[in-house]
Amino acid sequence: MSHLVTIDNVDMRYGGAAGTLAVSGLTMKVGKGEFAAVVGPSGCGKSTLMKLVTGLHIPQSGVVIVADKQVTKPVSIVGMAFQNPTMLPWRTTLDNILLPLEIVERHRHRLRANKKEYVEKAEHLLETVGLKGFGSKFPWQLSGGMQQRANLCRALIHEPELLMLDEPFGALDAFTREELWCVIRDLHAAQGVTIVLVTHDLREATFLADRIFVMSARPGKVLKEHTVPFARPRDLEVMYEKAFNDMVHELHGEIASARVVA
Amino acid sequence: MSVVTGNTAASATPAKSLAQRINWVKLAPWLYTIGLFVLWELLVIVLQTPPTILPAPSRVFQAIVQYWSPIWKNSLQTLYTTTVGFAIAVVAGLAIGLFIGWSKAIYAGLYPLMIGFNAIPKVALVPILVIWFGIGAVPAILTAFLISFFPIVVNVATGLATIEPETEDVLRALGAKKLDIMLKVGIPRSMPYFFGSLKVAITLAFVGSVVSETVASNYGLGNMMSSAQSQFNVPLVFAGLLMLAVEGIAMYALMAWIERRMTGWAHRSTMSQ
Repeated sequence: MSHLVTIDNVDMRYGGAAGTLAVSGLTMKVGKGEFAAVVGPSGCGKSTLMKLVTGLHIPQSGVVIVADKQVTKPVSIVGMAFQNPTMLPWRTTLDNILLPLEIVERHRHRLRANKKEYVEKAEHLLETVGLKGFGSKFPWQLSGGMQQRANLCRALIHEPELLMLDEPFGALDAFTREELWCVIRDLHAAQGVTIVLVTHDLREATFLADRIFVMSARPGKVLKEHTVPFARPRDLEVMYEKAFNDMVHELHGEIASARVVA
Repeated sequence: MSVVTGNTAASATPAKSLAQRINWVKLAPWLYTIGLFVLWELLVIVLQTPPTILPAPSRVFQAIVQYWSPIWKNSLQTLYTTTVGFAIAVVAGLAIGLFIGWSKAIYAGLYPLMIGFNAIPKVALVPILVIWFGIGAVPAILTAFLISFFPIVVNVATGLATIEPETEDVLRALGAKKLDIMLKVGIPRSMPYFFGSLKVAITLAFVGSVVSETVASNYGLGNMMSSAQSQFNVPLVFAGLLMLAVEGIAMYALMAWIERRMTGWAHRSTMSQ
């Protein structure tokens, strides 16, 4: 399997030579089309990982390679979604979703001439996440879960090869969260996009991911890598099987001991 | 059962008396204003203050009628210097605010200067403006501008400086340049701050123009009041104050209306209904 993301022995320090070392000796590989989850104690540099892969930060040592190119500037083949949906309140949901197209180099010059085609695409995405007909609403007229669905659409509109999710479901209630797990599961299955999910929720990681990386406390590095054995497509029922619970339990143990070491 | 329901329905319909049909909230500003004048009038009658100390509102209104021609002309003059100064402040404030909010370094460098400049009482600048431009409308316009542009600058710059880091990350990861982020996020998001600051700025602009007119002009309400004061024509001074209050309220209402029209999305609780 070819790797879309390769992080090799990366150190990242904030605030000059005496600053905090956020990650140290970080090494991980994510294959093309794979769904990877990153879990770990809080402050383990998960957000730093997001920024390294997207090119928002350039590491002091080590290399980050995304799509066969070393990352030296922001990579526009990535879509990002955070816990905070950060929809712009003065734009309708549809216009919010179209925003990346106004930025990404290969779309921005075609946007005006091909508006109709792009709007159709956005509406199709809205339908996929269960927001059909909500495009004309303003984001603040939507519930938190609906905003997060729209946020996913915005992250996907420019057809990124890599989707980086930083605890996107953290602020939602349990039922909405499960619904969105299924949404993201189906998106992954249908679009073949590579996904890296940073999360605190071990059940979420186990349910969604093909591979789980367990990170240590600061400075963060990968302690252990798990392959999730459950067959796809997974049903929410899989979470009530013994094997599933055993895996979550094992992950929990690893993170608990990583916290103690720190 | 049916008798009871019929009874309540019958008693409910005609019960709306006159007092219930009036929208008291809408009427309240007028009632309170009238109340203030009545209280003032009563106070003057009870304390028997001479009109050279505190004229009764009836005397003030009488003065407005009596001196209508000079009051009218001077009010227009003050409105003119204020709005011109305010208009310059809007343009300059928006430009400087965008400039300051553009980068952290500019923000850090210029902000202390702005604070220091704002701390100078603008009345102290009037003599300098008179040396440069002579007396009349120009110093009044410039004082109105100088006093009212600061809140606009601060608000626009704050709007730009408080962009959510996540939004910026999402856009920068897509390859957005600084200009893209400013145009797509910074400027639209600072607009509620900007329009909000106009309400503060317009009232300050009146302060500036009147101060300057009082010290260094032959026109305007400020000048009219200071010459009325020197003749002990206190009712006319109060008439001038009343005109200023009316102009101030009218301009404030205009700014509030513009704010609602331009940035309705920021008042989401009222719009979502």
